[in-house]
Amino acid sequence: MEILVCARRVPDTSENEIELNTDGNDIEREELVYSVNEADNYAVEEALQIRDRVGGNVTVVTIDGEDGEEILRRELAMGANHAALVADDSFKGSDGRGIATILKAFVQKGHYGLILTGVQADDGAAQVGGMLAAMLDYPFASLVNSITLEDGKLKVSREIEGGNREMNEIDLPCVLSIQTGINEPRYVGMRGIRQVASVPIATLAASDLGVDMSAVGEAAARVKRVDYFVPASGKGAEMLHGSREENADRILELVAAKGGLK
Amino acid sequence: MVGIYSLQHVVDWLVPGRELFLALHVLGVACFIYIVSKRLVPLPRAQSDPRFDQPLVRMGRVFKFWLGQWKHPRYKFAGTLHLLIFAGFILLALRAFTVLIVGVSENFAMPGLSGKTGQIYDLITDYAATVVFLCMAVAAVRRLVFKPARYAVPARYGKGHTADAVFLLGLIAILMVADSLFAASRSAGHVQQGQPAETLAAFSLPWMLQMAVGSLPMATIWGLNVGAYLVHEITFYFLLCYRPFGIQFHVETSLFSIYFSKLERGTLKPVRWDVPEERLDQLKSFGVKTFEDFTWKHILDFYSCADCGRCAENCPSNAVGRPLAPRFLTVKARDYAFKHYPVIGKANNSKPLIGTVFSEDEIWSCTTCGACEEECPLLVEYIDKIVDLRRGMIDDGNVPQSLQKPLKALESRGNPYGKIEKKRADWAKTPDFQQSTKVKVLDGKNAADTLYFVDSITSYDDRMQSIGRATARILSHLGKNFGILGAAEKDSGHEVRRFGEEMLFMALRDHNTEAIKASGVQRIVTADPHAFNALKHDYEDVPPVEHISQVLAREARAGNLRFNAADNWLENRDRVYTYHDPCYLGRHNQVYDDPRDVLDSIPGLNRVEMQRSRDRSFCCGGGGLMLFYEPKEEQRMGVMRVRMAAEAGANAIVTACPFCMVNIEDAIKVAGMEGKMSVIDLTELVDQHMVCEGCPDRTQKLETATVGG
Repeated sequence: MEILVCARRVPDTSENEIELNTDGNDIEREELVYSVNEADNYAVEEALQIRDRVGGNVTVVTIDGEDGEEILRRELAMGANHAALVADDSFKGSDGRGIATILKAFVQKGHYGLILTGVQADDGAAQVGGMLAAMLDYPFASLVNSITLEDGKLKVSREIEGGNREMNEIDLPCVLSIQTGINEPRYVGMRGIRQVASVPIATLAASDLGVDMSAVGEAAARVKRVDYFVPASGKGAEMLHGSREENADRILELVAAKGGLK
Repeated sequence: MVGIYSLQHVVDWLVPGRELFLALHVLGVACFIYIVSKRLVPLPRAQSDPRFDQPLVRMGRVFKFWLGQWKHPRYKFAGTLHLLIFAGFILLALRAFTVLIVGVSENFAMPGLSGKTGQIYDLITDYAATVVFLCMAVAAVRRLVFKPARYAVPARYGKGHTADAVFLLGLIAILMVADSLFAASRSAGHVQQGQPAETLAAFSLPWMLQMAVGSLPMATIWGLNVGAYLVHEITFYFLLCYRPFGIQFHVETSLFSIYFSKLERGTLKPVRWDVPEERLDQLKSFGVKTFEDFTWKHILDFYSCADCGRCAENCPSNAVGRPLAPRFLTVKARDYAFKHYPVIGKANNSKPLIGTVFSEDEIWSCTTCGACEEECPLLVEYIDKIVDLRRGMIDDGNVPQSLQKPLKALESRGNPYGKIEKKRADWAKTPDFQQSTKVKVLDGKNAADTLYFVDSITSYDDRMQSIGRATARILSHLGKNFGILGAAEKDSGHEVRRFGEEMLFMALRDHNTEAIKASGVQRIVTADPHAFNALKHDYEDVPPVEHISQVLAREARAGNLRFNAADNWLENRDRVYTYHDPCYLGRHNQVYDDPRDVLDSIPGLNRVEMQRSRDRSFCCGGGGLMLFYEPKEEQRMGVMRVRMAAEAGANAIVTACPFCMVNIEDAIKVAGMEGKMSVIDLTELVDQHMVCEGCPDRTQKLETATVGG
């Protein structure tokens, strides 16, 4: 099966101290380190595992500037067969619909039976997967935490609030948004990345894909960021003052009250 | 010249003795050569390992560890027993060969062992055989009645080894009895015939047997003599050929294992000995994935293990119930070798080891503390094998999720916490500290002759930063012209390497090496034994490095470091200190006395030793990436260690490693011993007590918040 994974490069929240810039419309990006969005990495791992079971190829695509190559190399080192970087200055400032439009153009250039995205980007709004499916007129399942493929039928499950699971059957081709925890992504070391250093990565521009430009770019964006701020800290924490045993009992009560224990 | 009877002329089953014995000799030796040659098959298929250097040093080790049995007395009773058996075997070797040859050539005597010398040798070996026989009995009683815990085989590792051990003891006992009976009956026969008889050592086993058979009819004595000879010969060759199937193979292999043993402590083997670093990228595979990825010496180790269980008994991972016991790492690998390189049939090799022979958790469980290697009488290596297996898992992407984030952070930020580089020197910027001590950052504008290599945990961990400040204050007080690398310092990579991520380690090492060289320093000091070990053994071309305890001891001896009385006498008269040896300062680098000397130069400091101290120190739980690993264990190593300190009568643990501090501090809380036990770093203690004119009065505001202290 030909599988496409849409991945994105994001500032790694565990390795950065995120601060607002002076204009207050974005974060300070000077000293950030980036990595592949965590949920996207799970999606790549899932794609690789499906490929290893049923055969085929895994392609990873990202829409980014030149720096996007960094995460594509990492996914190639994980085992992806192909990687593509979609880069065009005109894409800058696109909203979710714009991104989905670009991806749609990319998908239509290939023959993908299964398209995976991460459930959402660390700094994203979890829109693209659903929009992409709608634009392609493909079925869509979100928050997927297991995939089984039997007799050409795909069964996907998702977790329901409260810990229950729901199983759905879905027709191919389809788009799935993958939840973290669906698998245990393999480790990619420096050696792996160095070994794919010379693997060519296709770079495609808007004209290569025939993107419908009426939906992309800042001018076309119908959702625009107007502010970016750190919320004032509220009263979120309750400090327990008591002996170890009292505190333990109290914690148990609180967890039970919130439905964490049955 | 021939008496009434003659071994070589006896006719048994219509075969003359000489021909029968000769045939048995040839058959026995041929079998042995065949079996051993089959055992050697995997060695040339294994990886290269250059162990042919420094013959004199290696011979010295053979004398010390093989002939001298150096490690054995670490276990007094079993060690003494082994020493006696070993000495007996060495003494009896010539006698055994003489006996074998006598069957073919009756008047044979070993060159140099005829006449008077021969008689003395015979007397000594009469006793040797007796001692070995008695040792077999004692050893069998130990195995069957007292059952020392370290011989037990947990169910997950298969069946117990007692039956095999007792069987072997029995065979050796039979060999001793047969040898003694042969000598006894020969002497008794000569006496009865009125011929000059051999004198047997009084009260030895042969002597007693001679007493017993002396009055039997001549024909019976004669029969016993031939029978004893046959039993001796068959047992000898059976043992010889049976040994390569189990733990007794060490009788043959130990000499080679010890000759080829690893000479350097604290070091790690490269990925491949025969592939230089710059060509590592061309390797298809890293580390040990299949049996043949081990080096030939490591396979020899598997054959040499005597299954004594000392490694596992001293292994902290095993003690806390992690799924690792060094002994079974070897036993399982040996079983693999025997199964896949059979004596009869074709080799069936190159199967992956992880998931079949070894489990992932087993291999990640090791803290590389080195307790097993310190204990092993046969100098079997473990750390290099564990690291090689980890290299293989890293290469396959087979890494626990808990370790992936810190590894990624080390790659992008140079520290496992993902903290930003420019804050690496923030520990030196607290207002109080800055007033008293200036720490230069050697960034090209500042120069110094000593580099204080801080490393990640001391740089970023709130609690450990206090160790950094104490170290800087001490260096400053001692008038050292020192500085730090600041943002240019990255993690030493010590655990990165020991967790098998060699390429990442190399990147960190190259970065630091360049930064150190650019700083122009002549020496390096660190308070972190892991950084110390890395800079000393894993790095090349960097200035000499010392651990702070070595500097402190030297300065204290020179009189440059003087101390106030320990603690506030009125408040802390009951404080009893004990020193916990960090693995990478003690076992791996042999720094045992310096920290103790420093403690003992503090007037009035009351110090006791834990039972497990110095080279038997018990790991706190491991440093570096081990802090991120989530092991499957029943309890924490730190908790066991804290209890050991309490048992020793101490209520304050002094350590000299930030990772020990983390683990012991946590352990005190987990063990519920807050208020009863405290922990402090050596630098912090020195900082509190050093006599320092012009230093701010720190006795009022000790920043070292010893847990519960």
